[in-house]
Amino acid sequence: MEMDAGLWALEERKDSITVKGKHKKQLKCDTDSVAGCVSQRACVYCGARVVLNPITDAVHLVHGPIGCASYTWDIRGSLSSGSELYRNSFSTDLQEEDVIFGGEKKLARAINDLVEKCNPKLVFVYSTCIVGVIGDDLEAVCKAAAKKHDIEVIPVQSSGFIGNKAAGYRAACDALTRLIAPQKSVKMFRNRSINYLGDFNLAGEAWIIKNYIKQMGIDINVTFTGDSNYEALKKAPQASLNIIQCAGSMSYLAQKMQEQYEIPYIRVSFLGIEDTSESLRRIAEAFNDKEITRRTEKLIKNEIEKVRPTIEGYREKLSGSKAAVYVGGGFKAISLIKQFREIGIEVVMIGTQTGRQDEYDTINTLVDDGTVVLDDANPTELERFMVQKGANLLVGGVKERPLAYKLGVAFVDHNHDRKHPLSGFTGAVNFAREVYSTVCSPVWKFVQQGRQSL
Amino acid sequence: MKRDKANYRNVNENPCNMCMPMGGILPFKGVEQSMVILHGSQGCATYMRRHIAEHFNEPIDVASSALNEKGTVYGGEKNRKQGLDNLIKLYSPGIIGILTTCLAETIGEDIGRITSDYRNEHELHRLPIITVPTPGYGGSHTEGYWLAAKQIVSGLARQTPRHSKINIIVPHISPADIREIKRILDRMDIDFTLFPDFSDTLDRPFSKTYKKIPNGGTRIADIAAMPGAAATVQIGITIDDDLSPGRFLEREFGVPLYNVPIPTGLENMDLFMNVLTEITGSCMPLSLEQERGRLLDCMIDSHKYNFEGRSVIFGEPELVYAVAKTCMENGIFPVVAATGSKNAKLAELLTAEIDKYERQVVLLMDSDFDQIRQNSTSAGANIAIGHSDGRYLTEREGIPLVRLGFPIHDRVGGQRVLSVGYLGTTMLLDRVTNTLLENKYKNYRSSMYEQFYHNGHENNISGKILLSGTEG
Repeated sequence: MEMDAGLWALEERKDSITVKGKHKKQLKCDTDSVAGCVSQRACVYCGARVVLNPITDAVHLVHGPIGCASYTWDIRGSLSSGSELYRNSFSTDLQEEDVIFGGEKKLARAINDLVEKCNPKLVFVYSTCIVGVIGDDLEAVCKAAAKKHDIEVIPVQSSGFIGNKAAGYRAACDALTRLIAPQKSVKMFRNRSINYLGDFNLAGEAWIIKNYIKQMGIDINVTFTGDSNYEALKKAPQASLNIIQCAGSMSYLAQKMQEQYEIPYIRVSFLGIEDTSESLRRIAEAFNDKEITRRTEKLIKNEIEKVRPTIEGYREKLSGSKAAVYVGGGFKAISLIKQFREIGIEVVMIGTQTGRQDEYDTINTLVDDGTVVLDDANPTELERFMVQKGANLLVGGVKERPLAYKLGVAFVDHNHDRKHPLSGFTGAVNFAREVYSTVCSPVWKFVQQGRQSL
Repeated sequence: MKRDKANYRNVNENPCNMCMPMGGILPFKGVEQSMVILHGSQGCATYMRRHIAEHFNEPIDVASSALNEKGTVYGGEKNRKQGLDNLIKLYSPGIIGILTTCLAETIGEDIGRITSDYRNEHELHRLPIITVPTPGYGGSHTEGYWLAAKQIVSGLARQTPRHSKINIIVPHISPADIREIKRILDRMDIDFTLFPDFSDTLDRPFSKTYKKIPNGGTRIADIAAMPGAAATVQIGITIDDDLSPGRFLEREFGVPLYNVPIPTGLENMDLFMNVLTEITGSCMPLSLEQERGRLLDCMIDSHKYNFEGRSVIFGEPELVYAVAKTCMENGIFPVVAATGSKNAKLAELLTAEIDKYERQVVLLMDSDFDQIRQNSTSAGANIAIGHSDGRYLTEREGIPLVRLGFPIHDRVGGQRVLSVGYLGTTMLLDRVTNTLLENKYKNYRSSMYEQFYHNGHENNISGKILLSGTEG
């Protein structure tokens, strides 16, 4: 299909769209969104909240006007085996007079009230746009509150305008770095366990992976941040290895932990059979232990035997379909290309909100010639390329779903709201089933009929 | 009646309202060929788009000026202008709404001046650009909705010779509700301009070709001609005069204003019909008489079941008023009525209604779900009516929820929920009654067993226990 990404797009967007095999240029990414182009990205606060919110026994207090807390109240599918405190959305609900006279006192009183009511060991205070402008000294208020109540009160510097969503990931990682830093008097003993970074336990995904790792003979020390809590996070420096899945949000923390605690890290992904198997093998290799390797191979063999027939069944039905992918981070996009191949589907368009250069390089080596690769896309571009490339399916989040449906295209929800796991071998089956349920739905027959008669 | 006056608190725990610019987006979606840009950081637009899209199951395109650190420090004019340029290139809209956010207002952006400069530079004299100051801390989404509606009317209205149409101004109700109101007006042969009409734009039929800006919405020419109408019927008895588009048309152009409640419930709908017949001289057609008769029949069929209902109602002020009245006329006495907005008129109006019944009702203004939950439990609420966030009451306290209002994000069909008119009221009432019945059937075997068989010899078995759920 003949196409030129550059002719119709906004001038400012041209460098963020490439076609594999056609353009030699490197994709422009990790920049500010272009004004007026209707970006699908959220803000710094969103990035920070996504990463920290799964910490179950923390008070998550948003210092700002009500909207920021309202739009993020219990909307994600992170599960907890313990406290449910994280499922509340607390806000200082700043009013006009607070904006004029400052919100520090109200914030201090809010923390007092919450400590009295919820008795937490840990409070995160998220900064929002106006806090960054009116000049509240978040650091000082949090420090005083921590001292007063003898708990940890950690400010999260997430004012919306200081960057894009990725800046929010860094703000969250900074908060986590502070949280896990041991007091000087406490001696840390290294044990043979791993920290699992970048899994938010959506629909129990971190539990699935934890079970695999346990079967290999290794313990998960703590997960960042799915189903984690104050006590468990405090022990993070004891682990001997960090594995990172969502690299976009967690690479920064992994690097910090390598510098500060000499914990090495490896990248993993548990989306799809191929990446799950390869990731488990890499973890086993890192331990260089024959028994672990033996157990790992056995686990992989057993699990693949269990799921392969089902997935093969779906593959037969789905073969030849074309998918468009627009997701938050790069790791997910990379895994999805491979996972789609496992079920016979070619990716014809792929983009992310916050992918990084190295991730786009990997994407570029994986996709076929002619595939459109784009960063920070808008609805106009998504529509244009889905139609032009003849996609039968879009993978994305809540905002993208109605667009796909209006175009008469199938849709897979790959966002933090999901209610069924897409990780590991179990998740691979769920994924194939979800793709099948939407691509092969009887509804499209009527859509086609409707098209002909309209 | 108990009213919580000392409502000040330092923490809002689980909000019952959204912010001003979110509400401001909606009336623009009810104007033909319109597009909105939010002046602020990128996240605001995205969060609101997500929230609105999930309720309506429609693509919601809203641009952002994507203010960054530089724009925040040195002023956001450049972003705003670039934003408008790109928006026009991508969407070619017929009208643009510019809503501000917390950030733009706090850094003191003069959007009026920036906009007029932009129009002059680009010679865009024929493209209406409506600006609305909507800082998130300036009010809830309800105030945002009305302010935007008023700004659109005041921005587009032109001195017009008298004509026979009437203006119908609607609050934040569902697309299905708007369609029902239009059907009723058509049945009565009334010539009208309904604003804002998002019945097609936020609930569009599947069609062969996709349009970025959907068809439908009130025509700009019709809004411009609103000052010539015979009267305005504004569904909005809780609106502050400063935010009221109907009041604006009355003050500036002398269009007589009739404020009426949402026509949900027999009395509210009768009032709506009375106002329409009074203004237009047309009478209620037989088909609507029959719908009224069926509603009355439904009310009789259900009255004993409804008598066991003790409702907690929450959401936007207009909705809370209409639903509370509907509950009262059906014997489902509201024990808690709450809104996240600050609205003195709602309190006043509800107090007048409630006083007729000599019952205890907890009225919560500027409330949150923590407060609603506590009051619902202590008042023994057994049914909740409001938007999806009320699932919190179901999960924590086992109070079943009838989903109504905005947002409905954990079920499909928020855009199709019909609750106005005699027909819509009947449908809503059936949902409410059946929720009460479902809960009763689910529990009565075990609760009777617990009360009379298991503990029967210890308890004082009297009618009092049996009827305890109905005490006021």
